[in-house]
Amino acid sequence: MTAVRPDEAVGTATATLVTGRTGRRAVRIRGTRPGFWVYAGLAVVLFASLFPLYFSFLIGSGDASTLRDPDKSWIPGGNFIQNATAVMSQPAVNFWPALWNSIWSSTVIAVSVVVFSTLAGWAFAKLRFRGGPALLAFVVATMAVPQQLAVVPLYVLFAEIGWTGQIGAIIIPGLTSAFGVFWMTQYLRQTVPDELIEAARVDGASMIRTFWTVGVTAARPAAAMLFLFTFVTAWNNFFWPFIVLDRQNPTLPVALALLQSNYFVDYSIVLAGVVLATLPLLLLFVFAGKQLVSGIMAGAVKG
Amino acid sequence: MTATDATTHGEGRSSAPPSGPQAAPSASPSGAPAPRPVRVLSFSQRLSRWDLRLSPYLYISPFFILFAIVGLFPIAYTAVISFMDWDQIRRSGEFIGFDQYVWILTQPKFWIALRNTFSIFLLSSVPQLILAMFIAVMLDKHIRAKTFWRMSALLPYVVAPVAVGLIFNAMFADQSGVVNGWLGFFGIGPIPWHVEPFWSHVAIASMVNYRWTGYNALILLAAMQAIPRDYYEAATVDGAGTWRQFWSITLPSLKPTLIFVIITSTIGGLQIFDEPRMFDQFGRGGAGQQWLTITLYLYDIGWGEWNFGRAAAMAWILFLIILAIGLVNLIVTRSLVRDEGARGMRPSRAERRAALRAQKKEVAR
Repeated sequence: MTAVRPDEAVGTATATLVTGRTGRRAVRIRGTRPGFWVYAGLAVVLFASLFPLYFSFLIGSGDASTLRDPDKSWIPGGNFIQNATAVMSQPAVNFWPALWNSIWSSTVIAVSVVVFSTLAGWAFAKLRFRGGPALLAFVVATMAVPQQLAVVPLYVLFAEIGWTGQIGAIIIPGLTSAFGVFWMTQYLRQTVPDELIEAARVDGASMIRTFWTVGVTAARPAAAMLFLFTFVTAWNNFFWPFIVLDRQNPTLPVALALLQSNYFVDYSIVLAGVVLATLPLLLLFVFAGKQLVSGIMAGAVKG
Repeated sequence: MTATDATTHGEGRSSAPPSGPQAAPSASPSGAPAPRPVRVLSFSQRLSRWDLRLSPYLYISPFFILFAIVGLFPIAYTAVISFMDWDQIRRSGEFIGFDQYVWILTQPKFWIALRNTFSIFLLSSVPQLILAMFIAVMLDKHIRAKTFWRMSALLPYVVAPVAVGLIFNAMFADQSGVVNGWLGFFGIGPIPWHVEPFWSHVAIASMVNYRWTGYNALILLAAMQAIPRDYYEAATVDGAGTWRQFWSITLPSLKPTLIFVIITSTIGGLQIFDEPRMFDQFGRGGAGQQWLTITLYLYDIGWGEWNFGRAAAMAWILFLIILAIGLVNLIVTRSLVRDEGARGMRPSRAERRAALRAQKKEVAR
């Protein structure tokens, strides 16, 4: 389906040969536009991305019988507001506290990860010190450790200090990220030339001042991306919050899970809740999706 | 060597750490490596020297202190608890050796969970990688509205796995679900998604694929764009067809990226919890454990039966499985994807080392 037609490939090559330019930029600018099938394929991707969200809205705007109705219409019904209100007012779910908990816990986690990662990343990337490379290798190695390996002692720990059910119990373990340190180290190593640091030092800048004027300035784009990725990951995180939080004080994913955990489930209300809980991140995606795309392409990130 | 030491900050030079007077501020154009008698330093000079020495540790310490408490301590303590019969009410336990591990390995449920986890993992990672490759190839074309199409592939990434689970659970409803509706259109009978183990794995794998395919496509796309276009031109001039070009240029050049994508999806895929948890309203892996995964089982042992010793042992078993599969993956991928195309571009590690050694010898002389 996606094999390139030979004539196209030749077209691309001749275009370059004619211009006599070399390098990838020339080809990319002068290359021929691909045929219809590429757009058709991409349209399928777009459809696959959007359909489940539309389906969620479709069922969420119907009533309890819509999901099981074999002849359901593909046009949304008129009950979305009503279903959404039902979600918000359900005492078993605590929608508004969940939304607020998700917002502030994800923000605190993302800010903290960015700050600590930038500091440590700067040291690993640009300062030489005994044990530095070994410590960095160790941090990177811990990225392979599954979350499951930490949850039992963390639960024991938070039960000990009476924090089960508190949002603090999900913020504290999220404050640092091995991935964040790795990410900032890679970025700073590639972008900051050593001469710049030396120049700052010659001018008499202290280490912290060098970090602040050279490091933080250079780190800004990477820090913004790290913030976004950490925020999305923290917002969507489910396993640990589900263990340690309860229905009195959930985050959005935990609240969503509770919506479905009844014997009688009205899917129009569940999926209206899904739409409500997904909207904030969809909004974020509209504004910051471009940054997310370039973040993934710049650093081959895996949240 | 010593002359360059003060000016290079990269890693890999740990063999020559700054020592004694050589640790002069990196600003000094240290041309004279001979150890001179240390002069009496002024206060500010001494301060600056301490600044230089201590700052790195100061910068990494906030991370490491927190990381030790919330990252490293729990891992070690999980090992301790896994050898215990832990009583969460008393918050203490007694050591019983490997009993918890033995108990888990003799549970039929564990082996079912292991089978399910692997089945879901394979059903999600293999088609996902192939699809991601197709999407990356399409995005790599000289298309209009690049950013728009890239974003459209990434959109599912921001949807929470729990939300995806709820939506797909409804889409894959056994009776008059939308997926069965489509299949019925092609004359394929209603599939019992929530009854048959295999079909439930397909449904759960499709949730994972929905969220991660576009993400991996973008990673592969980035790697594809780093391949010099001249390679393709040369191949075209030599008469290599598109498929041949993909097989001999694109795929070998993508090898490091492919290994990265496969390893990370292994680590994530074997931990799967959110999606199977949401696949019905009970969240216990189905009436007959059709889609019980290792982490679902771990949760059930830990927070259903409140047996933390067994849950901890389960966590360690999961970790060891991930390590083993990661290694197998690495070996398989290395041997499957040929290296020839990439070799012309980038010397192998051994070759790079050899080149470096030769250079050093040159400098030493």
